[in-house]
Amino acid sequence: MALTRSRSSRGRARGHDASTRYESRTGAPAPKPPIVALKDATVVYPGGHVALERVSLEVARGEFAFVVGPTGCGKSTLIKLLIREVEPASGDVEIAGHDINEMPHKRVPKLRRRIGTVFQDFKLLPNRTVYDNVAYALQVIGESRSEIRRKTPEIIRLVGLQSKIHNYPDQLSGGEQQRVSIARAFVNHPPLLLADEPTGNLDPETSIGIMQLLYRINRTGTTVLVVTHDREMVDKMRRRVIQLEEGRLIRDEVSGGYHDESTREFAARLARELDVEPSTGVNDILDW
Amino acid sequence: MSRAVFFFSEAIRALRRSAAPSIAAIVTIVVTTLLLGVLIPVLKASGDKTQDVRDQIGLNVFLFNDAARDEIDALGSELETIPHVEGVEFVSRKEAIEVLAGRVEGELSESLGELNSNPLPPSFAIDIDDPTNLGAVTASITKTGPAGDRQPISPIVDEVRDARQDASKITRVTGAVTVVLAILAVLLLIASLMLVGNTIRLSIYARRREVEVMRLVGATNWFIRWPFMIEGVIVGLAGAAVAVGILWLGKVTVVDPLSDNLNLVDSLSTMGFLPLVIILVSSAMIVSALGSGITLRRFLRV
Repeated sequence: MALTRSRSSRGRARGHDASTRYESRTGAPAPKPPIVALKDATVVYPGGHVALERVSLEVARGEFAFVVGPTGCGKSTLIKLLIREVEPASGDVEIAGHDINEMPHKRVPKLRRRIGTVFQDFKLLPNRTVYDNVAYALQVIGESRSEIRRKTPEIIRLVGLQSKIHNYPDQLSGGEQQRVSIARAFVNHPPLLLADEPTGNLDPETSIGIMQLLYRINRTGTTVLVVTHDREMVDKMRRRVIQLEEGRLIRDEVSGGYHDESTREFAARLARELDVEPSTGVNDILDW
Repeated sequence: MSRAVFFFSEAIRALRRSAAPSIAAIVTIVVTTLLLGVLIPVLKASGDKTQDVRDQIGLNVFLFNDAARDEIDALGSELETIPHVEGVEFVSRKEAIEVLAGRVEGELSESLGELNSNPLPPSFAIDIDDPTNLGAVTASITKTGPAGDRQPISPIVDEVRDARQDASKITRVTGAVTVVLAILAVLLLIASLMLVGNTIRLSIYARRREVEVMRLVGATNWFIRWPFMIEGVIVGLAGAAVAVGILWLGKVTVVDPLSDNLNLVDSLSTMGFLPLVIILVSSAMIVSALGSGITLRRFLRV
């Protein structure tokens, strides 16, 4: 499957310098299909509410894109569409060239394993520690115990929660819980990471930390799609913005320029432009 | 292999973390299993008793004391030709008194010895294939004469007696008891199955968010289901074990001492304790595992 191929190619690319990787991605015409492709997708909920109306868009591998719009515009439906929690009434949804609504029900879990998902309300398992929550994503794909023991602490360290590894979700702050959720979404190194309002419940400083984490993940080659209504954050990030209104795509533009900044530069600029001081927690991640 | 260990530890973790619903489920299973454990042997025993009574139903043809040998032999062979008769056995006066002496004990058997003559007549004991044919056989032995009175087929026949009244009474009573018990058992079973199902549903409902999250990170349905099923098996096993323990105590302290004294109770233990235990334990496990699995279906719809 193409998703598997992209995973191994990304693994190779990780060793390279970020800028050469970017050039190689844009220089040659990409032979692979886009990671996300919607073709005239329409979603109608029971009761007749049209959540998405003939939305067509493509997201290339390695892109960092925002989906914005007011509440009820269909942003969350878009995420649900991509992990096949809802199915389109008409149109196609393709992930890495595969029409996901064609695949049998039995394969849906496999699709979800290849897509990391981060939710506004974190969706952590309340009865499990930070470690067990992250490890669960590995247990689900049948990873061996030794691999789980190796990878889990590593990724928890990467999101800066090594000191809270044996805490339960209700003992963590919102930002910390969201980091656990990101660690869980990314521990399998999926080629695509979806984030549904990842900073919706967090204050600006914590939000920067989360955005920085997502940006860092994007720089390892993972495509990141962030749904948000935080216009200010989106404007400062200067990435591709897909705007929805009442289920229709009304804007899709790339405001580029900062593709090659390092995580540290990114965080510093973001903090400056948003006029907040980066917290020490954020600096922990900068050392990553 | 490591997967089985993982599922098992997941089940144990869930049991530990939600102790109250687990205990509730175990208690309902204990109650159900206890009911079953009492009702199954009782039902079986009453069924056996009915069969017993039906098997014993026969006909006695009492003869006059002065019946001659050749007349008796002629009657005996004639009785054997009657339809539905399965066996004819001649009981002489001597044998009759021996049988009686065997049945009574103590003073009564001593007083039997004091009799200077044998009061019992010779008789034929007739076995009939089915109790419903009792009337037909009796009619064949005592034919209706031309004057309308009933006349035995042989002059040596004094009296034809059957245990029909007693037998039909017994069959009717035991039959009614069996039906009532069966209805009661079915009702109790349905009620407690619903109770078990409900308890399991509650404990899963409390964790439905957890199931949702598992689905979202890409767990297959069986990956989610196995721990719940194993949990169900453990709950069923624990409940059945407690119930079997209580049943065993009851058997040792109540039923066993009684069966030494009373013949009636003896038939209660016609059912071996081991097969009963196997039936109870396996059904408790299957019911609670299936209960978990079926309840989960609703939350597993993609």
